[in-house]
Amino acid sequence: MEMIVKLIPVFPLFGFLIIGLTNKKMPKQVVNIIACGSVFLSFVAGTIAFFSLLGMPSNSRFITGFWFDWIIAGSFSSSVSFMFDPLAAVMVLVVSGVSFIIHVYSIGYMAHDGGYWRYFSFLNLFVFSMLLLVLADNVLLLFVGWEGVGLCSYLLIGFWFHKKSASDAGKKAFIVNRIGDFGFLLGIMLLFWTLGSTNIKEISHLAPEMLVAGGGLVTAITLLFLVGAVGKSAQIPLYVWLPDAMEGPTPVSALIHAATMVTAGVYMIARLSALYVLAPTSMAIVAIVGGFTALYAATIGLAQNDIKRVLAYSTISQIGYMFLACGVGAFSAGIFHLTTHAFFKALLFMGAGSVIHALSGEQDMRYMGGLKNRLPFTYKAFLIATLSISGIPLLAGFFSKDEILWKAYSSGHGHPLLWILGLITAILTAFYMFRLLYLTFHGKSNVTAEAEKHLHESPPVMLIPLYILAFLSIFGGYIGLPHALGGGAWFENFLMPVIAESAHVIETGSHHAPSLEYILMLASVVAVLLGIVVAYNFYIKNPEKPKQLAQRFAGCYRLIFNKYYIDEVYDYLIVKPLYILSLIFWKIFDVRVIDGFVNRLAKFFGSMSERFRILQTGFVRNYALVFFIGVIILVGYLCYIFR
Amino acid sequence: MMPPINWPVIYPELAICITAFIVLIVDLFLPGRHKWVLSLISIFGVLVALQIVFMNFGLKGDTKAFFGMVVSDATGLYFKTIFCIGTLLAIFVSITYQRREFPEVGEFYTLMLLSTFGMMIMASALDLITIFLGLEMMSIPLYVLAGIYRGRYRSREAALKYFLLGAFASGFLLYGIALIYGAFGTTNITRIVELIADGKPYSPFFVGVGSVLVLIGLAFKAGVVPFHMWIPDVYEGAPAPVTAFMSAGPKAAAIVAILRIFVITTPVIDLTWVFWVLAVVTMTWGNILAINQNNIKRMLAYSSIAHVGYLLVAITVGGEEGVSSAAFYLLVYTIMNIGAFAIVVLFAEREEFYENISDYAGFGSRFPFAAITMTIFMASLGGIPGTAGFVGKFMIFSGAINHGFYWLAVIGVLNSLVSIYYYLRVVVAMYMRQPQTRLVDIAISPSLMIAIIITLLLVIQIGIFPDNWLSLAKQAASLAF
Repeated sequence: MEMIVKLIPVFPLFGFLIIGLTNKKMPKQVVNIIACGSVFLSFVAGTIAFFSLLGMPSNSRFITGFWFDWIIAGSFSSSVSFMFDPLAAVMVLVVSGVSFIIHVYSIGYMAHDGGYWRYFSFLNLFVFSMLLLVLADNVLLLFVGWEGVGLCSYLLIGFWFHKKSASDAGKKAFIVNRIGDFGFLLGIMLLFWTLGSTNIKEISHLAPEMLVAGGGLVTAITLLFLVGAVGKSAQIPLYVWLPDAMEGPTPVSALIHAATMVTAGVYMIARLSALYVLAPTSMAIVAIVGGFTALYAATIGLAQNDIKRVLAYSTISQIGYMFLACGVGAFSAGIFHLTTHAFFKALLFMGAGSVIHALSGEQDMRYMGGLKNRLPFTYKAFLIATLSISGIPLLAGFFSKDEILWKAYSSGHGHPLLWILGLITAILTAFYMFRLLYLTFHGKSNVTAEAEKHLHESPPVMLIPLYILAFLSIFGGYIGLPHALGGGAWFENFLMPVIAESAHVIETGSHHAPSLEYILMLASVVAVLLGIVVAYNFYIKNPEKPKQLAQRFAGCYRLIFNKYYIDEVYDYLIVKPLYILSLIFWKIFDVRVIDGFVNRLAKFFGSMSERFRILQTGFVRNYALVFFIGVIILVGYLCYIFR
Repeated sequence: MMPPINWPVIYPELAICITAFIVLIVDLFLPGRHKWVLSLISIFGVLVALQIVFMNFGLKGDTKAFFGMVVSDATGLYFKTIFCIGTLLAIFVSITYQRREFPEVGEFYTLMLLSTFGMMIMASALDLITIFLGLEMMSIPLYVLAGIYRGRYRSREAALKYFLLGAFASGFLLYGIALIYGAFGTTNITRIVELIADGKPYSPFFVGVGSVLVLIGLAFKAGVVPFHMWIPDVYEGAPAPVTAFMSAGPKAAAIVAILRIFVITTPVIDLTWVFWVLAVVTMTWGNILAINQNNIKRMLAYSSIAHVGYLLVAITVGGEEGVSSAAFYLLVYTIMNIGAFAIVVLFAEREEFYENISDYAGFGSRFPFAAITMTIFMASLGGIPGTAGFVGKFMIFSGAINHGFYWLAVIGVLNSLVSIYYYLRVVVAMYMRQPQTRLVDIAISPSLMIAIIITLLLVIQIGIFPDNWLSLAKQAASLAF
């Protein structure tokens, strides 16, 4: 079994190498088989390992996959080895499963792109890095995967690099992530400095013994890790890169910028839950960051016209939910939402991709509408995803979101205010998602004549993946059916051993009457319906109303439409000053001082070289003379010693 | 009763020697167009020798032979490994070139093998006379090889210069040996060490001057400033594959002999300052003069002088750390230098055709693989992290710092800084300059490709995972003391 765990990330690595090295020499069909096949093999290996994990007793579910010692220096050691425990198992299945579906979808979506080979090799490299990230048994290897996915994200956002906006977006993502990564790296160093280990299992054991709960040290470590998580998972204040990341191909947005990579921060916090439970302050900050991001991004989502940007803000908002869950100590609820979110958000993006594909690249919702009958299959899948994300009862999104809201209220770390934040977000989510659905598929058609000509439903290779995800968006939630609804909370129990110690601390919170859970659940359902009804009123019944509202609250609308001017603020406060500073350093310090000095020095050596080469006359007699002078000096030195 | 001759000790030498004669004889019966068979025989012979060297690492019992004149210890065996690798690579580099430029000369490989035979004798030698024999055995074929391209004026000139100055240097070497013999009544290194340890009276002046003269003779072969004057002219004049061969093995052989002499001189007289000055002068001179060279072979010649300077830093440091870092550096240097020369040979499609650095303009896009490989070799020679050259320099300079030679380390690091300039000139020419003339197609021969790929992989592999190689070098040093 160890071998299978070891092999999980290897398949996509080989896929990347083969496709990347042979490039255009390989026919497209073979590329398809290698790219999709390698990810599928990872999925199969993950499934096999998962079932063998299930066969073990619940508190000793753990498989290691040791490759080799990587760095050994003094007391520091780090190895390339994997740990396959319930948390890793969930992540592996989600990552490889969703990746496989999106790989297949990409065959159709990218069919006519000139960079087909480059695209699939990057995509495989991404899957490899992501699997490395979730399987790593030490923080340093996790960081390698973390950087790997960051690199792939950068490469794929700027996939159409000849477009300036795309390459700018790639750079923005990379630079903003650097800030987060810097915090992460400092966290790793501080962690090693205090605990003397980077191994996650050891950390989990050592932390409660060696660190003072609530102490400054553990708070500092967890906050530094949080900076990393905030960068990668696009939370306040480092979320600005994700909307721009939509410049990449849509399947990439679905895979990297919605379903998997951006949730890495949530995974990391859950992975290090043993540390976080020791730092209540950090937990509170995680929860607040998550709650506010959820609400904040949802408000921006209300007024965007680009279909992918709405989904991008929705992603930020949903990850905010996951952070909220982690912050109140409900790590398993966060991972649960991560899983269901991967299904329905990937589906939404792929549905949007199908629409964009059908409209020859149009992304503005103002030029859509009435597509319900033209793209019937896409519409149905999209509807399911919309219902799921909005939190309509009995669909996947309902269970996971409701779990988070319940924990936000009831957990020892929770607070009713956090619950209210979540509830308002739920209303807004339902509203902007149905706004998107109505604008795109309902009402009268605003499709341009040019796009109308090529309008077509997507090929089966794109539609079948949609329906697999649609199925999961409906039924994926039943793995975590809560007790209150007669389920066994299987998902929570499965993850329990990994974050058991953390959960232990959480459970000391106050207990609530079981009836309260039903009341809260009802409240959230009402909230969702409210959002939907308002959206229906606005966009189906009175299509003029949004415009009137926007005019009446013009200032407010402009603020939201322009994303609270945060990009502009960052530009003014950070980018511009840095630019000016670098200009000063370049023009004055670098050119005059450094270059001046170096050039002088180089000229000095150059002239010496020029002068001395005359000594190399080419005459043997001169050479012998130099030789002999050397002999005289050396022997003379000896005579001097022995005088 | 004389002790028996312990033949297994010199099996590696014998294997090379026998191969050389087989090549010579087979050459007589081969028609001109089949001379390539000789290269196969030579490669096979060197591989056999290499195998025997590895087996000899486990040699049990008495490791001395010929009445203590030769020995088979870890130091010697390590250096023999370097010689075999160097010769093997040099043969791969030569095959196509030899077939194109002087197809009728079958004795080319014989000479190469006999020279290798001489180097091995030097590595095994425990007697000053044996060292001298090995040195001449190594040098005389080299004189011929340098001038093997009889049609070329520069090749003939190189051979003659090398021969004249070589004879001059050998005189000093012999004179030094005579002085040492005068002091102790023996030329056997083991015996001399014993005599010193026993407190037998001797004249320190004779030993001092004698060992310095021996040192000079060997320093000439290694290319230590100011005994280096022949190197640029000979390296430039000799055919490129011969230069590749000459720049690696003979230097290593001279260094191993210096290490053995050093064992004698240490208790008699402190030569640390002599080595210190020689190290500084050699690396600085080599690097400064390399800056202005346009001919790539000449540039590499000066660069090889600079590398000997780094090796002298390790010898100055001395002790186990110094010897092991020198041993390691020689291996690294052999590999990367032959690799660089292989690329030079590759580009020098016709003699004196692409020999100037400025001729390399535009190669980056024209020959992407060769250009990137050359870039890696240049980076390694310059000591850029991630390559073998970096690890080698790091070991040498960290050794210097550990033993308190701070200034030596500082000068060494500054020197390698200067060296980056001329190594990068090649890279700049390849990638950032437009070609003046239309570039000719280059047919890459498989044998050359083998040499390039082996050296490339080793440079990267040693650069990233140096541990095994380092422990090998440490083992070589630990038994020398």
